[in-house]
Amino acid sequence: MSENTMTVAKAMVECLKAEGVKHVFGYPGAAICPFYDELITSGIEHILVRHEVNAGHEASGYARITGRAGVCVATSGPGALNLITAIATAYMDSIPIVAITGQVNSDQIGRDVFQEADITGSAEPFVKHSYIVKDPASICDVIKKAFYIAETGRPGPVLIDVPMDVQLMETEFMYPETVEIRSYKPTTEGNKLQIKRVADTISKAQRPVICAGGGVFLSDAKQGLAELAHRCDIPVINTMMGISNMDMSDPLYFGMIGMHGVKAANHAVKNCDLLILLGARMGDRAVVAIRNNKKMQVVHIDIDPAEIGKNLDVNTPVVGDIRRILCQLLEIIPEMKHTDWVNELDGVRKQTASVPAAKEGTVCPKSFIEELNRQLPKDSIIVADVGQNQIWTANNIRLTEGRFMTAGGMGTMGYSLPAAIGAKKATPERTVIAMCGDGSLQMQFMELATAIQHNINVKIIVFVNSALGMVRELQEKIYERETAVDLTGSPRFDIIAEAYGIKAENITDISQAEAAISNMLASEKPYLLQVFVDREERTII
Amino acid sequence: MKHTISVLVENHAGVLARVAGLFARRAYNIDSLAVGVTADENVSRITIVADGDDYTLEQILKQLNKLIDVIKVRAFSETELLTRELVLVKVNCTPAQRAELISIAKITEAKISDISINTITLELSDYSNKIKTFEELLRPYGIKEIVRTGTVAIQRGSASLTI
Repeated sequence: MSENTMTVAKAMVECLKAEGVKHVFGYPGAAICPFYDELITSGIEHILVRHEVNAGHEASGYARITGRAGVCVATSGPGALNLITAIATAYMDSIPIVAITGQVNSDQIGRDVFQEADITGSAEPFVKHSYIVKDPASICDVIKKAFYIAETGRPGPVLIDVPMDVQLMETEFMYPETVEIRSYKPTTEGNKLQIKRVADTISKAQRPVICAGGGVFLSDAKQGLAELAHRCDIPVINTMMGISNMDMSDPLYFGMIGMHGVKAANHAVKNCDLLILLGARMGDRAVVAIRNNKKMQVVHIDIDPAEIGKNLDVNTPVVGDIRRILCQLLEIIPEMKHTDWVNELDGVRKQTASVPAAKEGTVCPKSFIEELNRQLPKDSIIVADVGQNQIWTANNIRLTEGRFMTAGGMGTMGYSLPAAIGAKKATPERTVIAMCGDGSLQMQFMELATAIQHNINVKIIVFVNSALGMVRELQEKIYERETAVDLTGSPRFDIIAEAYGIKAENITDISQAEAAISNMLASEKPYLLQVFVDREERTII
Repeated sequence: MKHTISVLVENHAGVLARVAGLFARRAYNIDSLAVGVTADENVSRITIVADGDDYTLEQILKQLNKLIDVIKVRAFSETELLTRELVLVKVNCTPAQRAELISIAKITEAKISDISINTITLELSDYSNKIKTFEELLRPYGIKEIVRTGTVAIQRGSASLTI
């Protein structure tokens, strides 16, 4: 027996160390105990969540900031199944996570024993890949491949399911240095001829617009995006996943498109003669504004060839890593000006209607977020939940060097607080704020305990309107009455927060916002700010 | 429109479930499916006959390519391919009818694989339309049971699909 002989459980932990993993988010149970027993002495910090779904969301928030795969852990059966919503959320937003689950003993699989669930089968539609480890000798190879697959190409979740008896078997620890998967070779470099075509197309366009999505973050291409926009004088708009990939105070930045987007951005796509999609998959809610523009050319740059032409016909596709492709493009593209077009959009932007005064005892969310913008540190991270709060935040937050994130693809309520916890763990020096509604807060407030236990200084802003506002709006529009959206019976969240030892403040008038935000930002502990909003307040203000 | 798609995959447990699951969840229609190991025992070949327009076919190919266990995917036009299905048909057959059925077998180049007092089991390997005609010919005698494989396909001429 060599000194590298150890249990699979210990080898798993050694593999994580070799990958440079510093934090894992999880919840133990019988089938994953061998792994936990090794984890505790490994130097890797474990963050104990209060529900497994949040382990997945925390890993996702962490991954969005570090650019590396976030790791979440759960036990077999219900623990693993609770992860699925988070795995699917990460899949839709192309976020790299590695999910490790315990499984019942391998000789009992398929017999419906206690806490048994076919997790690789159930998660299959939502993972980039998955493994069930039956051969102890394969563990190092599996973990190496899992990280590689999760982080390269179009990132996404990878699941590793390890039966309890396998965790206890012995193996040789030898972490591979390189990965070779013959069937997985993502393209990074863009095709030169196609890039030349893109440059030509841009040169001919009079009214070009760049629609930048989440892929710009994933490929770390913010700088290239700004450089292209400035050199060629091209307006930039975002899908929801792309918000904050361009300095939002930049004169060339015109906001979010789509069903809930802003006028200037939707005007840009409706009237452009060239749409350059940059790492945006053009989900159905983003694409609504575009369908009627029959005269535009479309350039689509994406790492996933399956996204090109899926939701929108494309004239010039380029497959590859956005940062690389932008570098290649910037080598050949000349300077140009589109003054009239930019001025036209600027005119639309300035048309914004004045905000009506809020009803007594309530705060207009737009005015509140404008005050928040005035006080936020430049590099703050804002995590929006799902619903009206998400659109209010998406359309009104102004980040320059900061980061906006949300569960854009899946629209998973309860994402903001755990993702904020993960983001804060990844970058403790930055201000991280979860913005949610009173509906979404009640899907996640058990995580207040996680924040307290692990001393994670996240801020929570909750817009309280005692209703599931966005659903209500939709019901009134289509069904002409509301059903099952009234949140009467909700607790006072300030008292809930205090029960967790978290300071809370309530505001019912915009005049209180300045001091309340300042108190929140000054606090060195988690903090909850309740903002009372008129029930009649609409999503688009 | 029908498309024949050949997929080379890693010969692992669970790969077929991944491929079939992809078709189900993205609402692609499968007409037939056949799987078997190739000359390289680490590689299996899945032959899928699917129905869909050009957009659907393009998506099927791209989505299949995204599965990590899929090594190579190709769609073929009908003229490029030699296709075969295998069918076993158990037909009612009185001793008096034997001569007739044996003559059908002879004409269609089917094989007589089993016989009993009151049935005969015929075996035919051919392309899809031929098998349909074969069934029609046997129907008047009373088909007791019919078992058919999915289509397998190989390129005509010297071209071959390898890794």
